[in-house]
Amino acid sequence: MALIELVDISKSFDGELVLDEFNLKIKENEFITLLGPSGCGKTTTLRILGGFETPDTGKVLFQGEDITNLAPNKRPLNTVFQKYALFPHMNIAENIAFGLKISGKSKEYINDKIKYALKLVNLSGFEKRSVDSLSGGQQQRIAIARAIVNEPRVLLLDEPLGALDLKLRQEMQYELIRLKNELGITFLYVTHDQEEALTMSDKVVVMNQGYIQQMGTPEEIYNEPENAFVADFIGDSNIIDGVMLEDRVVKICGSVFPCIDEGFGRNKPVDVVIRPEDIIIGKPGQGIMDGVVTSNVFIGVHYEMCIEAGGFEWLAQNTTSYPVGTRVSIGVTPENIQIMHKPQSEDEEAISLDD
Amino acid sequence: MTKTSMNSNLKRLFSGPFLAFILCGTLVPLGVIAFYGFTDRSGAFTIENIMAIATRNHAQALGLSLGLALISTVICLLLAFPLGLILKDSKLGKKGFMVFVFILPMWMNFLLRTMAWQVLLERNGIINIVLKSLGLPLLDIINTPAAVVLGMVYDYLPFMVLPIYNALIKIDKNLIEAAYDLGADKLLVLRKVLIPLSVPGIVSGITMVFVPSLTTFAISTMLGGGKVNLIGNIIEQEFTVGSNWNLGAGLSIVMMVFIIISMALIEKFDREGEASMI
Amino acid sequence: MMKKSGRARAAAVGKGLYLALILIFLYLPIFTLMVLSFNEGKTMSRWTGFSLRWYEEMFASRTIMDALGNTLTIAFWAATIATIVGLLACIGMNAMKDRSRLVLMGINNIPLLNADIVTGISIMMTFIVCGISLNYGTVLFSHITFCIPYVILSVMPKFKQLESHTYEAALDLGASPLYAFFKVVMPDIMPGVMSGFLLSFTMSVDDFVITHFTRGAGINTLSTLIYSQVKVGIRPTLYALSTVIFVLVLVILIVVNILSNRKEGEK
Repeated sequence: MALIELVDISKSFDGELVLDEFNLKIKENEFITLLGPSGCGKTTTLRILGGFETPDTGKVLFQGEDITNLAPNKRPLNTVFQKYALFPHMNIAENIAFGLKISGKSKEYINDKIKYALKLVNLSGFEKRSVDSLSGGQQQRIAIARAIVNEPRVLLLDEPLGALDLKLRQEMQYELIRLKNELGITFLYVTHDQEEALTMSDKVVVMNQGYIQQMGTPEEIYNEPENAFVADFIGDSNIIDGVMLEDRVVKICGSVFPCIDEGFGRNKPVDVVIRPEDIIIGKPGQGIMDGVVTSNVFIGVHYEMCIEAGGFEWLAQNTTSYPVGTRVSIGVTPENIQIMHKPQSEDEEAISLDD
Repeated sequence: MTKTSMNSNLKRLFSGPFLAFILCGTLVPLGVIAFYGFTDRSGAFTIENIMAIATRNHAQALGLSLGLALISTVICLLLAFPLGLILKDSKLGKKGFMVFVFILPMWMNFLLRTMAWQVLLERNGIINIVLKSLGLPLLDIINTPAAVVLGMVYDYLPFMVLPIYNALIKIDKNLIEAAYDLGADKLLVLRKVLIPLSVPGIVSGITMVFVPSLTTFAISTMLGGGKVNLIGNIIEQEFTVGSNWNLGAGLSIVMMVFIIISMALIEKFDREGEASMI
Repeated sequence: MMKKSGRARAAAVGKGLYLALILIFLYLPIFTLMVLSFNEGKTMSRWTGFSLRWYEEMFASRTIMDALGNTLTIAFWAATIATIVGLLACIGMNAMKDRSRLVLMGINNIPLLNADIVTGISIMMTFIVCGISLNYGTVLFSHITFCIPYVILSVMPKFKQLESHTYEAALDLGASPLYAFFKVVMPDIMPGVMSGFLLSFTMSVDDFVITHFTRGAGINTLSTLIYSQVKVGIRPTLYALSTVIFVLVLVILIVVNILSNRKEGEK
């Protein structure tokens, strides 16, 4: 059984629909990430779970029990807020003890818990420090410590790493994975950073304009995006109009590429996604089509090049540099070509537009 | 109804006492004053009380009030702006303390401060005693408009200093340095950076000096000795001595209109000041 | 130390002179009163010897002491009630839609922008029209009315600055809304509440015009008493009163400054 279930949740603010009949199941002990651009409804979903917003329609179930109208202070889950929301007039220990004091825990228990939590987030000995004296990363850890001492069944994290610099963010990502494994509780994580989502999650839910675009493991999301929005949002990619001539054969930019997808029918227009690192660059005539390198930038480890071929500017990554102006050929192995249906309805059209 | 909206309904109720005070202490009294201003003693509608401003001594009083208030405001501004600039750059002790010294008199009852000038300016007052002993001509300004202006400037100067100072210290140092860097001299920095950016402070200073100066009756009574009749004195007398409420209310309405007009002018200056900065 | 050029030094002297002149302008009248308050004789033109006679007379005077009592109790109750009403109003207005809040804030500004004399006579007329005779209560009511806007203007910005998520964080950690308000929101807005109270208190103590119109015949605050006595003639007891008030204000403000500096130092 799912630990948490969102059933047909809709929510609008000032007439603007933010969530539209949203459904989601969250299993026990899962690291699940809601990923999407700002305004996609991911934070609203989190706030409905935390009890800070009431959905217009729909239900929130916790272990099958309806908690839609339960006050936030009565819910068995805790939140780590975007800007930490530490209480500025209390020291670190008082911040961490806040929830424990309310639930009437003994002094010894509270003290033990504070010690344990600080050790868990690598900040032992910080009990008496003031919030102001901590760096952003440290405040973040305290916010997590303050939430987990209450032993919630689910920890909700609202873009908790957004305010940190790149290096700290990467460190904290590993830290969060470690914490989740040590605590054995469910993490529901909200972010707009695809790298974060792919690194940490067991399951990623890609959202846009109040709908789920795709749900799956990070590998599935990255390698087999179901529509152009997901492909575009997750990493760089070439999204090209193509025509599925028959099973396992797609025509792109006037050239025929073998692929492994079946069941699209004959002569059906499709969207084709090819990751830049999957483009094989060779001597002219060696690949499927020929083209000219139009730009070349070294971005560390590999070169990122644009190749004009067949009327399309292909983004390609390669460890070998081909100077601008070089004539090259490009090719793709069949399994690296991802075929997607063109959006059918207007709704889908709307969500597939790049954001 | 959902729980959150119930909660905010409950919270909205907290404004209840405030609304009651607004209603009974502000809106209804304004209604009452408007009613009296536009009716005669029998309660019939009339604009006589408003038109009464045109009679000679009323018009004179209003004119004198506007004039003296304007003069005091300008003097306060001319005194306070340089003071604000000096305090802003001052390295004398703690900055906070210097400012504190300049606004401290504000905390003392303004009637006592006005009384002090009475003592100083009297015909046999301290200033004249000193002048006499030095063999200098006597200063005879008590019971003249000049004494009233002096009292206004003295009483309200801190209200001009404080907002101007606050506006000046908020100006980013980098802006001033950037102006110098781009070749501006001190005068240009003053004209193009310091003054435009302190316009909000100047405007609130002007309002805080002009309005009480325009409407005062205590200062003119104490330093004008009954010879300087401002519009405030006339209104006050209608309610204390004369007890013609309708006339008093009508004149108050006229006075309020003049306040609103001057505020609108100041606002306009404010907006133009901001526009000229761009 | 850098050597200053002649021009810079001249400018510094000029600035110092300017400050000094304004200081003399501001303090000479006050110090004159202080000196005169110790003069034995009744005239101010001659120094007849040091005496505390006017101070004794002041403390012995029933009218002055009554007026002082009225001033302080009215200021205390007006500030207290205005603070409570204003704080509640801020909580309520924050739960309102933006438009209603803007309208209320606009109305809130009326007493601030209105001339005191108009506020005073309008409230007085309203009382009399309603058949309420002027007394201590009417003065208190008017003071509460003109103090509330100051409280709201001090408290409202604190609500705006409030780290919006700390309240939710407290709820999230299991606090009831009331507990969260007192434990988390109040400490953050307390500076605003305190300054609103102090501002109200001083405004009430300082007020003359509104009290002048809304007081009954029997009630005097220091302001109205001073006004009526000054009109009659100059009383050295008032010099003594000025001195006492000035010294009191000075001491209080210095203490407050030191306390707030120390608090900042701790941070």
